[in-house]
Amino acid sequence: MPDIESATAAPDRHRAWLALVAIALIVAAIALVFAWVAGWLTPARVTPQRFTNAIEAGNGQVYRGYRRAHAKGVCVAGYFEGNEQGATLSSARLFAPVQTPFVGRLSIGGGSPYGLDNKARVRSMALELNSDDGQQWRMAMNSFPFFGVSSVQAFFDQTRANAPDPATGRPDPAKQAAFARAHPEFARFAAWAKSAPWSTSWANTTYNGVDTFRFINAVGEQHNVRWSMQPRTPFAAMSPEQRAAADGNFLSEDLDKRLAQGPLLWDMVVTVAQPGDSIVDPSQSWPEDRQHVNVGTVVIESTTPQAAGACRDINYDPLVLPTGVQGSEDPILAARSAVYSVSFNRREHDIASGETDAATGKVVSKEATP
Amino acid sequence: MSVRVPDNHVTSHFNLTARVLHWSMALAIVAMLFVGIGMVASLSLRPALVSLHRPLGIAILLLVVVRLLNRLRHAPPPLPTDLPHVQVLAARASHWLLYTLMFAMPLVGWSMLSAGGYPVTMFKGFNLPPIAPHDATVYALLRSAHTWLALLLFATVLMHLAAALYHAWVRRDAVFASMATGPHADSAAPDTMVDEADPRASES
Repeated sequence: MPDIESATAAPDRHRAWLALVAIALIVAAIALVFAWVAGWLTPARVTPQRFTNAIEAGNGQVYRGYRRAHAKGVCVAGYFEGNEQGATLSSARLFAPVQTPFVGRLSIGGGSPYGLDNKARVRSMALELNSDDGQQWRMAMNSFPFFGVSSVQAFFDQTRANAPDPATGRPDPAKQAAFARAHPEFARFAAWAKSAPWSTSWANTTYNGVDTFRFINAVGEQHNVRWSMQPRTPFAAMSPEQRAAADGNFLSEDLDKRLAQGPLLWDMVVTVAQPGDSIVDPSQSWPEDRQHVNVGTVVIESTTPQAAGACRDINYDPLVLPTGVQGSEDPILAARSAVYSVSFNRREHDIASGETDAATGKVVSKEATP
Repeated sequence: MSVRVPDNHVTSHFNLTARVLHWSMALAIVAMLFVGIGMVASLSLRPALVSLHRPLGIAILLLVVVRLLNRLRHAPPPLPTDLPHVQVLAARASHWLLYTLMFAMPLVGWSMLSAGGYPVTMFKGFNLPPIAPHDATVYALLRSAHTWLALLLFATVLMHLAAALYHAWVRRDAVFASMATGPHADSAAPDTMVDEADPRASES
């Protein structure tokens, strides 16, 4: 600095240099804390970005413009009709005896938009409900009755254990076995995946919220709850032979046929926790004898392909909640919210960059045409 | 208080409104930068931090409107006359940049959420209306802009801090005091605004 060198005496020059060093240290310290908070100094820390990277690696490739998980699905539209039973638990407008329209999505598990319906163990339903009080409730539910693992780290480890080995293109059985040993709670999920009967349709599948939420009613009473969408369409199981013979797109074909004949209905059934029921661990089911309250009906009236549908640009973040509903301390819930956000950002950037014609329906690629 | 000082009068200090706004917003903006970078990097804290980030951002937007009006009505104290030309330019440019970013960050954030189809929730039960169309391309553009402008704001805030401390500790002129204290706090001290004479030089 010129004025330090020329305009000041030697002791002052010494003091000025010390001050400059102090300033540099202060600025560097603040920048370092910022970088640490951002996760830039700790490559081993699992961030939403690194979790999403692991999901993309598990998919074997990045399917641009699509959700990084549950990539294949269709948009649906309809309404929810409350029956007032939910008002004892939550002040959410959804539970009033009114029709609340939604934009929803039915999908299958897996990261490929070309996944085969008859190979996808997991199915899911997502809803964005827009109440007439201007509030929104987003739900993301799955056909499994409980979550596979009990912690975010286990969720991440599972994602990595299932990633295809570059040498074989298939998951490494040794890694999967090591994961199962490290996370004994996963055995129950594996047993469900192996033995639970497959239903024949999205329409006769039960979708479970799995994570715990907190309902607050008009007088401020709080209840820990989970919920399920239970189909009015009677359950019908698919035999292994039927499943092997089924078309890779049979779910959307079936949905089109059913909706041509009329709307499809589900009851929203809320389960109320008792003291001692696990709030933080979605891999632990609550006992069957808990209070169940039927709070209303989900009515799906129509479906559109997701490439041009209203659900494409919606992030079904399960923590977008109205008055009367809160998230719980369940750590998987917060992690889902964080990872969905990264997945959403990536696919919207893909779409904006125009790299993904199939996802937006502008040009139908060969792969997308059966 | 400089309210009594006519607008065209040369003042030695920012007025009380400017000082209160400066220090409260400094705290809010630094908090926002850390909350923002922290919430996108956390698998556990995101819900809590996001619900703090949105209303705090809108609060900053409201405060910067008041601040700009105050700044236009009350001229800030002049920089020292012996300040090198480059530093004068840097000071002017960085203040313009800071004001621009204080407006841009909340507006980009608000329109980004609108374009992403998210409710712009201030607190449970109160959402702001969308100010941009729900559109993937608009969202992607604004989402990237929000990140890059935040990093630019953080860098500018650090440079602003370094410059303020440089004035306080190295140049030892009146610039830091003009924002840190009122005119009465150092009215007995020599006027260091013009032709700096270090009052502490005789102590050693």
